Amino acid sequence: MNENLRILVVEPNPDRVRDIVDALREAGWSDVKALAQISELDRTVREFAPDIVLIDLANPDRDTLEHISYATETTKRAVALFVDQTDEALTQAALNAGVSAYVVDGLKMDRIKPVLQTAIARFKMMRQIHSELSAAKQALEDRKTIDRAKGILMRKRSMSEDEAYKLLRKTAMSQNRKVIDVAQALVTAADLLS
Amino acid sequence: MSGIVLNCGYVPLVDCAPLVIAKELGFAAEQGLALNLVRQPSWSALRDMLALGHLDAAQMLSPMPVAMSIGMGGLPARVDALMVLSVNGTVFGVSNALAAELGAVRFGDTAGLLAALSARGGKPLRVGIPFHYSMHRLLLSYWTSQAPDLEIEEVSVPPMRMADAVSDGFIDAFWVGEPWGGVAVQNNVAQLMMAGRDVWQFAPEKVLAARHDWIAANEDSVRRLMRAVYQASAWLDASRNKPLAVEILGRSEHLSMSQDLIDPALTGHIVPKHGSSPIVVDRFLQFHSHAASFPWRSQAAWIAHHLGADAEGIEKAKACFRSDLYRRNLSDIGADMPGASEKEEGAFAAPTAVASSRGQIILSPDAFFDGRTFDFSAAGR
Repeated sequence: MNENLRILVVEPNPDRVRDIVDALREAGWSDVKALAQISELDRTVREFAPDIVLIDLANPDRDTLEHISYATETTKRAVALFVDQTDEALTQAALNAGVSAYVVDGLKMDRIKPVLQTAIARFKMMRQIHSELSAAKQALEDRKTIDRAKGILMRKRSMSEDEAYKLLRKTAMSQNRKVIDVAQALVTAADLLS
Repeated sequence: MSGIVLNCGYVPLVDCAPLVIAKELGFAAEQGLALNLVRQPSWSALRDMLALGHLDAAQMLSPMPVAMSIGMGGLPARVDALMVLSVNGTVFGVSNALAAELGAVRFGDTAGLLAALSARGGKPLRVGIPFHYSMHRLLLSYWTSQAPDLEIEEVSVPPMRMADAVSDGFIDAFWVGEPWGGVAVQNNVAQLMMAGRDVWQFAPEKVLAARHDWIAANEDSVRRLMRAVYQASAWLDASRNKPLAVEILGRSEHLSMSQDLIDPALTGHIVPKHGSSPIVVDRFLQFHSHAASFPWRSQAAWIAHHLGADAEGIEKAKACFRSDLYRRNLSDIGADMPGASEKEEGAFAAPTAVASSRGQIILSPDAFFDGRTFDFSAAGR
């Protein structure tokens, strides 16, 4: 039942594209094309003639995509799928996952649904991996800053590492700030004075 | 921050200023609102978020609520315009290559520019616009309808990418809101040829919109929001406040653009060509004066008419510009109300006094470049 659905994925991040395209292929749709850039969007939609276009909710190219569908023949009218309010649950899932889908040609809802569900699952996973990755990166950066601040205190005030950390924490608490913010301020001040 | 929390969507353009000022200068807080401004990546995303209730209110292109009211635009939700957020504020520019082809055309010479573009012949002119349901597109097609030989291909390009789209040769020209025309000039890839107001002197550009049902269920919040935005708009339009406004907007996390990009739109000092000195465009962008924020039902009718609506559609459009709420919610804070809620669009070639709640109000010139007028009242049809 999966044959003959042409799917276009618009996504600038190559890793994400690969992941989504793989997921769709695994689920049985082989006619999948990916596109990174706006300048090709116009031509690709006309030439590839996809049945459904998947695009990130946060992608500014969505406006371009909608326009293309208004400009083409009236029978081929795009519908922002997740605002098809006949399926509230699917709409919310799409919205939360950050995926929007456009039906370029008149397609039945039950044919679109599995495609969208696959895409939604993959978008969600990508988003989670991405936010975990950036949280880990941030934690690493924060630790470096706190270590530098401790080092400054240890040198200037002849403190032990433990004492330096306690002082940072005490200052943060008394000023109702985060330890990282106090450390950042100290590092910045030290850079300016050195 | 405490108060009634309202999530309000916006797109980072200079004309979202009334919302930013309402928040940053405390006009919203004075009304007991905790205004949460939520940046949106595209107009389609903003529309969907508003329609689905993730946003309470939003800045919108004026044709968007009209299109939705008459069943266009992919989504049948009923969205109303509470007030006009800004009038005018857009520019039309062409690539440097095209400008060289066109030769000398004075800035704002709508007829001369049209003639030069028509005489060029050859391939269709690819013009970048920000969104299908935008005043930009309506003004472009209204203006070029006077030149039947000129073939136009409209391309939607996100405003912040307009300058790149010109330099890549993806488009020949654009119609865009500031600062993005100015950015194309700064990058030395395009020249500005005219302002939106050269085609229509008083075009409603952005509106403050909310869902029809939400408005009915949240009368108090709507009243507070309208009052906060009205006061912010009045503050913004006072010329003594302009330098401070530029600075506040430049510092604001909501716009994240430098002051030199914000200044031209607010002051009307437009640099048409890289390295040239600015020219002063009168009434380039208006927020308040001449009843700029009044949602004229006839403006909605003009938009609907040019979107191809029939008589029934035009009536629906009129109903979605809520001049009734504007009167009810703003009368007692000093807003002078025009006597009527519809006017003959395009009838004023010069500032004109009309009857108002406090005697007389001066309305801005609202003429079209070709002198046509539009009367959508029962008597006019």
